Amino acid sequence: MRYSTELYGCYECGICVAACPSARFYDFSPRVFAQTMAREDVNSFYELLNDNVWDCSQCFSCTCCPRQNNPGGIITIMREVAVNNGLQSAKDALRAYSRIIYKVMTTGTQVSPDMLQPDFFPDWGPDVRDVSLNLDVWRRAIPPETLHTVELAWDVSEKTQLELYMIWKLTGNLEMIENVDEGLYMILEEVMEELLDEHGYDIDDFENILED
Amino acid sequence: MQSKNPIQLNVVNQNLKVKKAVDREFQLPKNPPTKDYRKELFALEAAGEIEIIRVPEPFVEVDTKYGRKKKIPIEHTWHHKSCGQCGHIPGYSTSIYWLNREFGLDYYDPRDQTSCTAWNYYASAASNPAAQAAIACRNFAQAKIDGYFPLIHCGTSYGHYKEVRAQLLHFPELREQVRKILDRLGLPFVFPEEIVHYSEWVHVMRHRIAEKQTRDFSKVTATVHPACHYHKLISEDAIYDRDLYDGQRTAIVTGVVEALGAKVADYSTFHDCCGFGFRHILVSRDFSRSFATIRKIERMKIEADPDVTITHDTGCVTTLDKSQFSTQAHNRKVGIPVISDAQFAALAMGAHPYLVCQLHWHGVDNVPLLELMGIDHEKAWKEFEEVADKLQQDPEAFLTWEDV
Repeated sequence: MRYSTELYGCYECGICVAACPSARFYDFSPRVFAQTMAREDVNSFYELLNDNVWDCSQCFSCTCCPRQNNPGGIITIMREVAVNNGLQSAKDALRAYSRIIYKVMTTGTQVSPDMLQPDFFPDWGPDVRDVSLNLDVWRRAIPPETLHTVELAWDVSEKTQLELYMIWKLTGNLEMIENVDEGLYMILEEVMEELLDEHGYDIDDFENILED
Repeated sequence: MQSKNPIQLNVVNQNLKVKKAVDREFQLPKNPPTKDYRKELFALEAAGEIEIIRVPEPFVEVDTKYGRKKKIPIEHTWHHKSCGQCGHIPGYSTSIYWLNREFGLDYYDPRDQTSCTAWNYYASAASNPAAQAAIACRNFAQAKIDGYFPLIHCGTSYGHYKEVRAQLLHFPELREQVRKILDRLGLPFVFPEEIVHYSEWVHVMRHRIAEKQTRDFSKVTATVHPACHYHKLISEDAIYDRDLYDGQRTAIVTGVVEALGAKVADYSTFHDCCGFGFRHILVSRDFSRSFATIRKIERMKIEADPDVTITHDTGCVTTLDKSQFSTQAHNRKVGIPVISDAQFAALAMGAHPYLVCQLHWHGVDNVPLLELMGIDHEKAWKEFEEVADKLQQDPEAFLTWEDV
């Protein structure tokens, strides 16, 4: 759907590469993505899909392109292709990330205070240990009522979580997860089914509307 | 050796007056290179497709990149919170609320709000445009139901919602999918007239904040880092000001730092990303650390030697701040505290550094900065510890706004 608005040709000027943070530390070039797609080079496309499509920082610094290309946007689409097809590159890239997907899909917030554990962020220094040791009290020592949470970034109502689950179901997101992590898919399905059931909904009533 | 009688080159017209770059006057394009999204939104509303949530009065109009005026609401705002701010740097959002309360403004902090989920989308791609647009529109529908206008705390939510807007305007089939989903949820299909970031609110409030300033920041030198998803991802919404950087860079953050009397110091990698990377900051942090410290913090340190770096997004504060600890082991030139413009503004107006700004959640030592600001940090920390001790005694107790 979006591809027609992300690529208009390539001058090969390299401005996108100069602006790209990933290009400085990886063997990665947004220009290669733009050129590969512009040339409809299927072999290179497949190589990129199985390799450094996951190196992109998704900062969209590359939108400084004088042709109004959006290499970062092309990469977002390519990553979706990798996930939808259960490619090994997607499984590898997301292996350590599955707990984050679980958090955002079930709670509606991406990160939570209880993630600040020294074993998960050893490189962030002793402050992480201080936070984790004092977590409960320090969270209650924040004035806004919505922030007195430990397992969620803020207090999300059950009604809103329920609506989020419906959106995931109606847009086929659980099926996407099944392609890359079957175990995570089964846990998500169970958690969502339970809440939907509690509120009198049948999970099977929420068919993927994108398949229509 | 230079010749006493240089040969005149006739390829150059001696009468041609070429202005030096520094003397050139910046001109806005006569016609913005992009369509006016508001006209398109209102056209969809006129066609009965969606309902537009108007920016409530009072609002301030500001210049954006291509010269269009953008309305920034002062109050009646629905605070669309940020995952990283609320989860890991809670003094960020607390400072935004504190500023609103100090000015006596009407705002709403909803529980019926989810993340935009864009951090996950940019990290994993385990989603799709229909889900992303539906999540955005569910939040906007809730803001409409609650009777407030959405004010977006996170730079990535702000950037992503601009992307969602562009996609909804461009693809009728996406609007149809979102409409079907919202119908199932029993919610109206609404979209705000403007996508407004909280830092834009801070920007338009900067002179009012300066009027209520109780701490002298004239000894503070700051560098500024603008968030990529603020001024690069759909750049036309970003605030530009002819009086700041001659309108060549976004005025966001710099405007408030200057208004509060601090010195803004420039550095050569101003436009670079922070290195957050979405996926990288969680599971490939060697990249984030390297980029944040080598390309940003170390350049600032060498070229500007600031007392603090001020930024306006969740990921930027986290990456620039937390990356500095382990980089010390490599003898890199690091050690710059990183805070948000909202925390900086709140500190200027006398906010408590720990009870309100929650600076103990930040990594880099900010004590030298607090001393420059004239804050007795030892007394302030003792006050925080007293509060924490009381809360320790009573597991049901919480700090309240009245307490601070």
